[in-house]
Amino acid sequence: MRPTKPILLLAAAVSLGAGVALAASGDPERARILDGYAAQAKAQTPGFAGFSAERGRALYLGPHTGGKVADTPGCASCHTRDPAGTGRHYKTGRDILPMAVSANPKRFTDPAEVEKRFERDCVNVLGRACTAQEKGDFITFLSNQ
Amino acid sequence: MSPTRSLRPLTGIAALAMLAVTAGAAFASEFERVRPVTHAATQKECGECHMAYQPGLLPAASWTRIMDGLQDHFGENASLPADTAAAIRSYLTQNAGSGDGRLIRITEQRWWLRKHDFAPSIWTRKSVAAKSNCEACHRTAAQGLYEDD
Repeated sequence: MRPTKPILLLAAAVSLGAGVALAASGDPERARILDGYAAQAKAQTPGFAGFSAERGRALYLGPHTGGKVADTPGCASCHTRDPAGTGRHYKTGRDILPMAVSANPKRFTDPAEVEKRFERDCVNVLGRACTAQEKGDFITFLSNQ
Repeated sequence: MSPTRSLRPLTGIAALAMLAVTAGAAFASEFERVRPVTHAATQKECGECHMAYQPGLLPAASWTRIMDGLQDHFGENASLPADTAAAIRSYLTQNAGSGDGRLIRITEQRWWLRKHDFAPSIWTRKSVAAKSNCEACHRTAAQGLYEDD
């Protein structure tokens, strides 16, 4: 009966209205995280009409100004312009696992970990917290990379 | 007299290994051992951005300052959820070493400076990247074994 389980899960997700996030993200945990940000974005951003991989790409690449760390004007400063590649911490040289879900399927599947990194790195790169829409755009972009 | 001269190659290797052990003992001061990190959260959270430095490398007062200042951790926001930060803080301070508690950089502690009196060109090598990158030269630093290369 194993093969039917994903289908059942998918059916359950669709019936809960989470089908879009699941289809876009390919993982039930990631879909849950995206759905959470979508609910927040609806409340925060008037006229919110879903996440955009294009906006996510722009956020990822930058360059941005006003970040706490002048050496990192974009996420790409450490994670490189190719999100499927291994990143490198701008100062310590430490390797960073790829951001692209295709290269690192565990990305964006632990909500606490995801929030921890946004909490930190939005300040480091943008100088402010990210909005729920930005978080969702970012994950949507990298889920398709 | 050479003890290995008349021995077959394999025996020779064994003899060399024994010599190496003897030499290791003779230069024991060149191998610095620090108790490795044994706390999972410290290993994970600190180790995401840099080698998870062993608690014995700084005194408790320095670790306290570091954990008080994670929002501005050497110029970077490295904040952690409160419960995780508290667990790491207590592990680091309870297993701390000695040194100058006013200094938060390991690389400014007197013992460190004494052992790293090198030409500036060493520090600008791309493979080194930063003085904080122990593993560039001490390959087994993450295990608490700082051999001299």
